[in-house]
Amino acid sequence: MNLSARRRRQTAAQKALLLVGLTVGGLFAGLPVLWMASNSFKKNTEIFALPPKLITSGFSFDAYTSILTDPTKVRFFINSYVVALSVTALTLVVAILAAYAFSRYEFPFKNALNVLVISVQAVPPITLLIPYFGLVVALKMYNTYQGLILTYMVFTLPYAIIMMTGYFNTLPRELDEAVKVDGAGAFQALWRVLVPIAVPGIVSVGIYTFMIAWNEYLFALTLTKTEDMRTVPIGIQLLMGQHSYEWSEMMAMSILGCIPVMLLFLFFQRYFIGGMTAGAVKI
Amino acid sequence: MSALAQSAPPSHRDPAPTYRRPLWPRVQRRITPYLYLAPTVLLLVVLMLLPIAMVIGYSFQDNVITNPNPVFVGLDNYVKVVTDPVFFTAVKNTAYFTGVSVAAHMVLGLTFAMMLNSPLLKNRTKALFRVVYVLPWLFTVAIIAVLWRMLLNPNGVVNYLLHTLGLIHQNVEWLASPATALHAVTFINIWAGYPFFMVSLLAGLQGIPKDLYEAATVDGANAVQKFRNVTLPQLRPIIISMALLDVIWTTQQFALIWMTTGGGPINVTEMLSTYTYKLAFSSYKFSLASTSAVIVLLLSMVLAFLYVRHQRSRD
Repeated sequence: MNLSARRRRQTAAQKALLLVGLTVGGLFAGLPVLWMASNSFKKNTEIFALPPKLITSGFSFDAYTSILTDPTKVRFFINSYVVALSVTALTLVVAILAAYAFSRYEFPFKNALNVLVISVQAVPPITLLIPYFGLVVALKMYNTYQGLILTYMVFTLPYAIIMMTGYFNTLPRELDEAVKVDGAGAFQALWRVLVPIAVPGIVSVGIYTFMIAWNEYLFALTLTKTEDMRTVPIGIQLLMGQHSYEWSEMMAMSILGCIPVMLLFLFFQRYFIGGMTAGAVKI
Repeated sequence: MSALAQSAPPSHRDPAPTYRRPLWPRVQRRITPYLYLAPTVLLLVVLMLLPIAMVIGYSFQDNVITNPNPVFVGLDNYVKVVTDPVFFTAVKNTAYFTGVSVAAHMVLGLTFAMMLNSPLLKNRTKALFRVVYVLPWLFTVAIIAVLWRMLLNPNGVVNYLLHTLGLIHQNVEWLASPATALHAVTFINIWAGYPFFMVSLLAGLQGIPKDLYEAATVDGANAVQKFRNVTLPQLRPIIISMALLDVIWTTQQFALIWMTTGGGPINVTEMLSTYTYKLAFSSYKFSLASTSAVIVLLLSMVLAFLYVRHQRSRD
């Protein structure tokens, strides 16, 4: 009796300690974000007012309306969506085709191609930046969607191919062979049988790809020039560069800019985490 | 759209001619995998291998891009870059930034993951905290940079809090003062990057077989001993993979530095990435920038080699 009472008290103490620890960590993680949200509803003059308040007398949605009614700023979002969604769709199509070859065929140079796909993942973006600049200009894709989309695909494809190949490898070959016996071609087997089963893998890879494209900064900065081609990360920086810092607008834009990622995380938490961490954790 | 996007569909539409030669199916079977791989190979050759060849070529030439007839100069550019004191500073800063970030990511990630995995708490409590802890992961680097510039502003809320707690006596210009700027950007990077470790380690923790802990309890092990003899050895492969990946990513970090300090003040936060970028797009020394870019590439390749070897050994 005495022993179990002591054990229970010990457990209660541990639990209290754990909750304190979690709260401290939670403040470290969450306070900056809370402050961002709070400042997006303030007047610009109130941002650095002392003492700091979460909700001020100037509470309003002005920062949001001024962004959403400014065609230049709305354009940043349109550009980001166009680029990120195109990159996701094209990466998935190209990666699924490549992964099918890697998973279901034996052919000369297979290993060499596989090594190529794996090793290009480690090439630092900054290394490619200088030749890209010339190359993209030569291909007449400077300051265009195509330039950005193809550039981002170079960075998203290798991971997508590796992931999809891994996924297809877990699906039994009998599945697609059965369809082929019925007289369908290899492509039919892929499209009608493998792709529908592989949807969870495709969602994970799609989310990963979207995140990379949505967040990219270095090439968006260098390969576009005019304001109407800028994406959200660059747009936020442009707000910073003007005569004065429009902090509340920057915060509002940040909140708007993280909405798609936030939604992906909330609705597809498992796929999201699976897609983003598969490299480190073997699944 | 582009040649690449167009080349994708024909690879799956059967291009078979109508003659019924017995040879054809075999040929078709041979070339099919290459058709499936054609878009990938085209993209990677044109936009990956070709640029790498170009940048290596540039690094051995004099004044490329600005000079229409560059001449071969051997290793001159490499000598110039390696003996540049700013390059040395950039290497030192990158090493500090990466070393401290990765170590802190690991410690914070493991601590948070273990707290979130504790059997003492209800699942709902854990789920709530998990969402809060993951928050920094959901923001792009550009947003993180702007957010922390606001928080660390001399009149900002961080100074206010530290002042109220009596930890500082006058406002500190965290990102603009040479004494604090490097630590400040490193701190921001720690905040931005720990969730990746945390989430991966959480998955790892949940994968440790329960009977290992039960066996340890039977043997009379206490919590610390269980952590050292069960948890850590079980997580070791994940920790090593993540540390290597994180080193690769952190040494390549550009946007965060560029948008918070731009490498300044007086180079105290200059990294290899910002150094290379400035050589190219601020001073238009494309040959030297290419040289620096090749050095960064070599460094990444060494790290990637270690990563791949580690992954192979896990299989």
